[in-house]
Amino acid sequence: MKRAADPSGLDPFEDAATRLKAQRMGMWLFLASEAMIFAGLFVSIAVVRVVWPDGAVEASARLDKGIGTANTAILLTSSLLVAIGSAAAKAQTPRKGLVAAAFAGAAGLGLAFLAIKTGIEYRHEFHAGLIPGAGPAFPIDTPGAELFFNLYLAATGLHAIHVAIGAAVLAGAALAVWRGWLKLPANAPEVEFCGLYWHLVDVIWIFLFPVLYLVN
Amino acid sequence: MTDPSQERPSRSENFWTARETALSWFLTTDHKRVAVLYALTLIATFALGSVGAAIVRLELITPAGDLVSAEAYNRAFTLHGIVMVFFFLVPLIPATLGNFLLPLMLGAKDLAFPRLNLASWYVFVIGAGLAVAAIAMGGLETGWTFYTPLSSVYADGYVTLAILGVFVSGFASIFTGINFIVTTHTLRAPGMGWFQMPLFVWGMYATSLVMVLATPVLAVTLLLVIAERAFGIGVFDPAIGGDPLLFQHLFWFYSHPAVYIMILPALGVMSELVTAGSHNRIFGYRFVAFSSIAIAVLSFLVWGHHMFTSGQSMYGGIVFSFLSFLVAVPSAVKAYNWAATLYKGRITLNTPFLYALSFIGLFVFGGLTGLVLASIAVDVHVHDTYFVVAHFHYIMVGAAVTAFMGGLHFWWPKITGRLFNESLGRFSAVMLFLGFNLTFFPQFVLGYLGMPRRYHEYDPDLQIWNVLSSAGVPMLAVGYGLPLLYLGWSLKIGEKAGRNPWNAAGLEWTTTSPPPEHNFPEPPEWEGPAYPYPVGETEEPQVQEEAQPKPEREA
Repeated sequence: MKRAADPSGLDPFEDAATRLKAQRMGMWLFLASEAMIFAGLFVSIAVVRVVWPDGAVEASARLDKGIGTANTAILLTSSLLVAIGSAAAKAQTPRKGLVAAAFAGAAGLGLAFLAIKTGIEYRHEFHAGLIPGAGPAFPIDTPGAELFFNLYLAATGLHAIHVAIGAAVLAGAALAVWRGWLKLPANAPEVEFCGLYWHLVDVIWIFLFPVLYLVN
Repeated sequence: MTDPSQERPSRSENFWTARETALSWFLTTDHKRVAVLYALTLIATFALGSVGAAIVRLELITPAGDLVSAEAYNRAFTLHGIVMVFFFLVPLIPATLGNFLLPLMLGAKDLAFPRLNLASWYVFVIGAGLAVAAIAMGGLETGWTFYTPLSSVYADGYVTLAILGVFVSGFASIFTGINFIVTTHTLRAPGMGWFQMPLFVWGMYATSLVMVLATPVLAVTLLLVIAERAFGIGVFDPAIGGDPLLFQHLFWFYSHPAVYIMILPALGVMSELVTAGSHNRIFGYRFVAFSSIAIAVLSFLVWGHHMFTSGQSMYGGIVFSFLSFLVAVPSAVKAYNWAATLYKGRITLNTPFLYALSFIGLFVFGGLTGLVLASIAVDVHVHDTYFVVAHFHYIMVGAAVTAFMGGLHFWWPKITGRLFNESLGRFSAVMLFLGFNLTFFPQFVLGYLGMPRRYHEYDPDLQIWNVLSSAGVPMLAVGYGLPLLYLGWSLKIGEKAGRNPWNAAGLEWTTTSPPPEHNFPEPPEWEGPAYPYPVGETEEPQVQEEAQPKPEREA
C-alpha cells in the first residue's frame, strides 16, 4: 500500500484520507465475508438444536466445558493484548516495542489455544470415538448427536485454521514493526487491520463457545 | 460531446499499446487490461461449456441413448453446468464489462484495489484450471448442484478436485465484489452523488453485495462436502450421522442469490442500452436503482423454493412461495420503467438496441415462468423437468448473455476504438433471439408434458419437441460465433470510432477511445442528473442511419 501518489498510477486515490477510508471499508467487507463463512455453520448447528434437541444436549454434554472455558479466557486475553498493541500503534508517539511485544504475546496465546484444542481436546474426543477417524465407533445413539459432533468438528476445525492464520499474521506484524519494515505512525492502519482480523477470530469463538459447549 | 476529434489517441496514450510486453499484461493492475484478460478466459470457458451442451442436445435428438452412454451423458451435462455457471455466467458481466466500465463511469483512475483485481483473475484462472483438470481426467457426474449424498458418497470421478476448483474461484468473486463496493463508495468523480451514478453502477453494487455475502456460504458448503469425502466427517451422509437436506439448504442459500449475480449486472447493462438507444432519460431513476438493491435483498430469502418437494414443511413452502413471488415486483418495476423510457424516445434500431429489445422479451418471459415455478402446486408438477431447465436458461442465458452481447457491442467502440459491421451485428442479434427461442421454448412444452431433466433416454412421443430444441443449436452457434468473427475483423478494418459514436451520456464517453492508461487526461467532474439526454444533437450520428430528427426535448 503506497503512501504517496506514485507515477506508476497504481494508486487510484488523490488523497490519503480517502485511501484510508477505502482500505478500512475493504477490510470490513473482508471480515463480513469471513463471518458469512461461519454463518452457514452456525445456522446448521442451530437447525440441529431445533430438530434434534435431545441429540444436541446429549452431544454437548460430552464436550469438556473446562477446556472450552480455559480456551475462551486465552483468546479474550489475546484480544486484550491486540487492543493494547493497536492503541499503542495509533498513539501520538507510537511505542513500537510495546506494539511488537503485545502482538507477539497475542500470537503466543493463539498457539497456546491451538495446542490445547488439538493436543488435548481433539485427542480425548478422538479416543472416545466422538470425532471420525480410525478410533472407536460413535458412542451416542440419539438422533442428531453425531451430526452435532461432526458440525462441532467442522466449525472448530475451521476456526482453528483461522487461529493459525491469525497467529501467523500477528507474529508477522510484530516482527515487521520491531524490525521497522512497518513504520509507525505511517503504517498504523495496517497494524490495526492485523489486529482487526484477530478480533474477528476471537468474536467467532465467543459465539461458538456457547452454541457448542453450553447447550442444555 | 464537445470534442469533434475522430483521431485515435497516440500509441502511448492508449491502454492497449501503452506497454507492449507480454509481461506487462500478466502483471498489469489496469482494470481495463484485467477486463480483457477475463474476457479472453471466459471465451475459453464458454467454448468448453458449449461442448457439453452440444453433446447433450445431440444425444437428445433420438429417444434412445445411442450417442453416448448414460454415464458419459451425465458427465457431459455436469461439465456443461459447472463450467457455464461457475466459470462463465457468474463472472461474465462483473469481471469483463464491470471491470472495464466501473472506474470509467465513476470518473476514477482505477478500481480502489488494483492489485486485488489482478489477484482475482489469477485466483479465477487457478480455480478454473482445477475444474478443467478434473474434467480432463475423466470428469464427474453429479450435476452442477453437487447434491449429496450422490456427490459425497456415491459419485466416482473427480468430484473433490472440481469442488476445489469452484471453491477457489469463489475468492475471485469475493475480491471483485469488495473492490466494486469500495470503489463505488470512495472513487466517484467530484459532484457525482449516489443518485447521479449510472444505473449500471447500481447494478454492479447490488451484485457485489450478493457476491461478498453469499459466496462464503457456498465456500463452506463445498468445504463440508470435501471434508465428508476426504475425512469421513458426516454432515450430509445419513450413514455417518449427516442430513442430506442440510446440503440443499446451504447450497441454495448461495446458489439462488447466485442467479441474481448473473442477472443483476444484466439489468444494469439494460438501463444503459435503453437510455442510449432511445436517447431518453431513464424513467423513474430511483425506482430502477432501488429495485436492484431490493432484488439483491430478496435473493437471500427465496432459496426454499428449490425445495418444495424435498420434505420441507408446508408452512415453510408457503412462506418461500410468497417471498419468491415478491421478486417479481422489483423486476417488473425495471421492465415497466424501460418501457416508459422508450416511450417518445428517439429510437435507433442499432445492434445494441436490438439486443436490448430481445433481452426484454426473454427476461419477461423467463420471469413470468418463474412465477409458475414459485407456485407450490404447479411446481410439484413440473419439478425437475425441462420446464425448470427452460426457465433458468431464459433468465441466465437468454437474458444475461443477451444483455452481455448488447453491452459488448455498445461499448466495443470504447474498448477498441473501432466500429464493427452494423449489418452483421443486427443479423447476429436476430439470429441469437430466434435461435434461443427455438432451442428453449420447446423445453417448456417438454417439461409440461413431463420429461424429466438429466435423462438421456425418453418417451418417443416427445421426440418432435426435442428435435426442435436441438435444431435451435446451430442458430445459436451462429448467434454467438459470428460476433467473434466480425468483432475480431473490426480490430483491423473497422472504422475509427471517435469518443462517443452513439451520442450516449456518461463519463466513459468523454475520454478517448480506447481510453488512455489512467482513463482520463484530467480528473473529470460531474454535474446534473444521471442521464442528461439528449446528448450531442449537433453532432452527426455516426452509426444510427435510421435516426429520425425529432423536436428537441427539454433537458
